[in-house]
Amino acid sequence: MNKEEFLSELRSGLSGLPSDEIDGRVSFYGEMIDDRIEEGAGEEAAVAGIGTVDQVVSQILSEIPLTKIVKEKIRPKEGKRSGWRTVLIILGFPLWFPLLVAAAAVLLSLYIAVWAVIISLWAVEAAFIISALAGFAAFGAYMILGDRMLALAFLGAGLFLAGLSILFFFACAAASRGMILLTKKMAIGVKRLFIRKEGKQEK
Amino acid sequence: MDVQLKRGLLDVCVLAAIKTGDSYGYKIIKDLKPYVELSESTLYTILKRLEAAKMLTVRTAEHEGRLRKYYRITPAGLGRIEDFKNEWKEVVSIWQFVAKEDE
Repeated sequence: MNKEEFLSELRSGLSGLPSDEIDGRVSFYGEMIDDRIEEGAGEEAAVAGIGTVDQVVSQILSEIPLTKIVKEKIRPKEGKRSGWRTVLIILGFPLWFPLLVAAAAVLLSLYIAVWAVIISLWAVEAAFIISALAGFAAFGAYMILGDRMLALAFLGAGLFLAGLSILFFFACAAASRGMILLTKKMAIGVKRLFIRKEGKQEK
Repeated sequence: MDVQLKRGLLDVCVLAAIKTGDSYGYKIIKDLKPYVELSESTLYTILKRLEAAKMLTVRTAEHEGRLRKYYRITPAGLGRIEDFKNEWKEVVSIWQFVAKEDE
């Protein structure tokens, strides 16, 4: 891919963002490619060094707040909106407003549900640790009371639970890391929904 | 690393990269490479933020028949670096306290 192709694909990938944002980003990447070429890289290599258009778009989207993207979407475009369209938007308020709120609520509840799973995993982990400690405490108590059999049973239970809690800790940590990645991807996905629509209209 | 902490650190890194003289995007990334890996999109966001905060100024100049943007640090930007150095002393003393708990 040469520089022109890369920049024009980047531009269409970002359509839907504020136009000054697109211009600034595209010219910034253009300068980056030129500087790499000047340093001795071939044009293709210079472009490849930046990454694929898709990677770059994802990176950019992850750095622009969602509010900025939505604001751009609902901003009236000069000359594009006729009087009738405005009337329709106002009359349609009882229809689109609840839909918008519902969509936001669904997203929020998905987010909460996903994190509830993680919180409950950590709660189980905490329960393992507490029960292991309780097992050891009971071991000590029964040793003092003189009931060796019961003390041994509690020691066994305590060790078993301690082992489980160590294993489960790694599972919890992995799940949390995965979930952080997933929520990041979800955020990029939502942003993509907003800009992709606009891109298709223009093609 | 904590996102907020990293964000603040990167801002100061970029300011430090233009402290001794005007620089441009690709050079900033190259100069910082031994210390921190900075993607183009992150650098763009940081430069915009620093410009809005009046910690640097931007000028466009011709270079080899094309345009290139140069960034120059402002007194406010230099002040930010000094603040960071002072803040960092506090961070180091907190770190020493935290690390002591481990012993």
